[in-house]
Amino acid sequence: MKLLNYFRGEAFQRGVHPPSCKEATAGRPIRRLPFPSRVVVPLSQHIGKTPRPVVRVGQQVVRGEPIAKSDDWLSVPHHAPVTGVVEAIELRPSARGPWIESIVIRSHPGATQEDLWGQPRDIDAMEGAEILQAIWDTGMVGLGGAAFPTHAKLTVPKQAKVHTLVVNGCECEPYLTCDHRVMVEQADDLVRGIRYAMKATGATRAIVGVEDNKPDAVVAIQAAIERDRRPGDDWETGVFVEKVPTKYPQGSEKMLIMALFGFEIPSGQLPVSLGMVVSNVGTLAALGQLLPAGRGLTERVVTVTGPGVARPGDYRVALGTPLAEVLAYAGAPATARQVIMGGPMMGQSAASLDVPVTKGVSGIVVMRHDDMAAVENRRTYPCIKCGECVESCPMGLNPSALGMLAAKREYDLMGSDFHLGDCFECGCCTYVCPSNIPLVQQFRVAKQILREKAAS
Amino acid sequence: MSAVPIASPHAHGGAGVSRIMAKVMLALAPATLYGFWLYGWPAIYLWIVTVLAALLGEATCLRLADQPARPVLLDGSALLTGWLLALSLPPWAPWWLGAVGGLFATIVAKQVFGGLGQNLFNPAMVARVALLISFPVPMTAWVAPLPLTAAGAPGLFDGLLVTLGSATQLDAVSSASLLGHAKAELSRGVDLLHSLGGHPLSLAGYRPGSLGETAGLLIAAGGIAMIVMGVISWHIPAAMLAGIALPAAIGHAVDPARYLDATTHIFSGGALLGAFFIATDYVTSPNTRAGQLLFGLGCGLLTYVIRTWGGYPEGVAFAVLLMNALAPAIDRLLKPRIYGRNRKGAPLPS
Repeated sequence: MKLLNYFRGEAFQRGVHPPSCKEATAGRPIRRLPFPSRVVVPLSQHIGKTPRPVVRVGQQVVRGEPIAKSDDWLSVPHHAPVTGVVEAIELRPSARGPWIESIVIRSHPGATQEDLWGQPRDIDAMEGAEILQAIWDTGMVGLGGAAFPTHAKLTVPKQAKVHTLVVNGCECEPYLTCDHRVMVEQADDLVRGIRYAMKATGATRAIVGVEDNKPDAVVAIQAAIERDRRPGDDWETGVFVEKVPTKYPQGSEKMLIMALFGFEIPSGQLPVSLGMVVSNVGTLAALGQLLPAGRGLTERVVTVTGPGVARPGDYRVALGTPLAEVLAYAGAPATARQVIMGGPMMGQSAASLDVPVTKGVSGIVVMRHDDMAAVENRRTYPCIKCGECVESCPMGLNPSALGMLAAKREYDLMGSDFHLGDCFECGCCTYVCPSNIPLVQQFRVAKQILREKAAS
Repeated sequence: MSAVPIASPHAHGGAGVSRIMAKVMLALAPATLYGFWLYGWPAIYLWIVTVLAALLGEATCLRLADQPARPVLLDGSALLTGWLLALSLPPWAPWWLGAVGGLFATIVAKQVFGGLGQNLFNPAMVARVALLISFPVPMTAWVAPLPLTAAGAPGLFDGLLVTLGSATQLDAVSSASLLGHAKAELSRGVDLLHSLGGHPLSLAGYRPGSLGETAGLLIAAGGIAMIVMGVISWHIPAAMLAGIALPAAIGHAVDPARYLDATTHIFSGGALLGAFFIATDYVTSPNTRAGQLLFGLGCGLLTYVIRTWGGYPEGVAFAVLLMNALAPAIDRLLKPRIYGRNRKGAPLPS
């Protein structure tokens, strides 16, 4: 890796520029959402074995106390988001629709909701493996939306060696500003978390990539880096912050590495094959806050915004808070129609407002009837081969050809000759399609069918 | 409040098929209106007949296929096909030429292939070539311009008689297009230096030709407007015009008596209309930038070859159709390199 690449700052090819829609929340400090009277913690929130409850119905729990654990490597524990009593362990609706086993805790109305669990620990005195264990104990997963267990992501395979920790502060999804606010307000936590992750992975260098529409975040992180400067830090080692061009989907790790270093991750490989590990700023800032206190993840910052919200903002929300309660506080009127968990490009619309905020929910975007009518009432035309999707696909795939194959159910051909597997479902093709063809939606179906075929 | 689950993305850029078609028509309008003025009422009637025939052809096929016709007609593609065909016909051609052409374009060249987006060849050019082969005489009967405002121009009623083919007293000054004249004279052994004395190239378009030929500057302006609006990219027009201009410039430099100069080539026949409005048709052109350059260059070179050495004085329609046939192959050949893979599609070495 050469210094030249590092300073080049070249963005990736193609991509799109949707309106950012971040103005409503980007300048407002993070506020705390009042603790709800009841939280619902779904046991399965990520890949890996479902953690099993370690509390009984009727048991008193204090905020931060572990309530579910698993010994599976790809699974993480859950901690009580509120002080209260376990009311039920039963099936509750999940964001994707199916009901899944969840722990319901009724909070004590009079409780201070202080974190009473956890012992401060000296992380700086720990070795890499101990830090990984400590991260595992916090129940941390990727807060950017993917919800992949963080300790697993930071674990370097035996034969590999990591030199660089890439910290993802792009937040390229429209509307979302939770990472932005965390970078501005918790820059010291972030840099501390970065140092822990560097030690856990063995990286000698960390680069925070921030889209250039967030200059205040760059300044804040720069100042935090200065405060944290350590002997031995020079232009090759230490923590750096780099601006990258604002373009969707800059926040994909493939695109971020392309923008920062000018090279690509070989198809089918992880960044670790290039000696890199990528983590999101929100995740590392939370680690910087939780690890020294010895606490678990009980809350996260969520951007609550969209045309259908009266009081948009970034809120610190106790995990398990039902969407309905978040929206009632932020002021979503009855005309609200669609509720997106995450951003509008890759987020998932909630099947029910009883669904709780989970670890992977970075935003709640509320659309009104009118906002959706414009999208829904559009007629779907046949593909006119305008090539807009080809010109927007950051992976260099041919969504037009893939879409026509999908219509003919030629799934095998999509996978073999057109490399459908490389698609990470950013949605650029559907966003630009003048014929309004649900391309990325078709690709999801095709991938699922190919997965099922491969499994059988 | 109700929540409706829909798969992402939940945002859309706002582009639409009918909006694209509307922009293309807007870009075509100035040249068309100028042509209407230049050739008067017969040209206007022919345009109306051709467009209506194209719409009728589309509607009939949709009806036969038990599909609702109205939304498809409203997408504007059939109207645009008829419009482009009308611009490529001799302005005083009889009505049945436009009618047959319009029907042929949408029925045979478009709907038979499966409708919007499915046709391999540009419908307007298929229709033009079919007419040229079937009815060579009316398809090459050019007239000198007789502006709407000029004395002796056919009025509302006389113009109708021209289009209906029953105008007996009113004889327009029949004339040859520049390319046709040059080719005819060359074949008689008269070189270009002598034959073109009476045929100066009028950039204002005051010369015999189709509506889309004479208003070359307005066509180019409309094309550039489309590039600015982002409807088309510059690749096909630039490559096609270069494909005509480069060999023309070389040929003219070698032997000006045998080879027309580049400016004449660009501003004659369907070169500009073809480069900006015909070859750029999304459906029948490649969809990568590299492919578009190759496609445009091929259109230009073939046009030059046909004009210079072929049997017809003009070759844009043939050239575009030939390259249309190659477009799928070009798309197969010039795929973008996939991120993390080499040109052949194999993963990059780590």
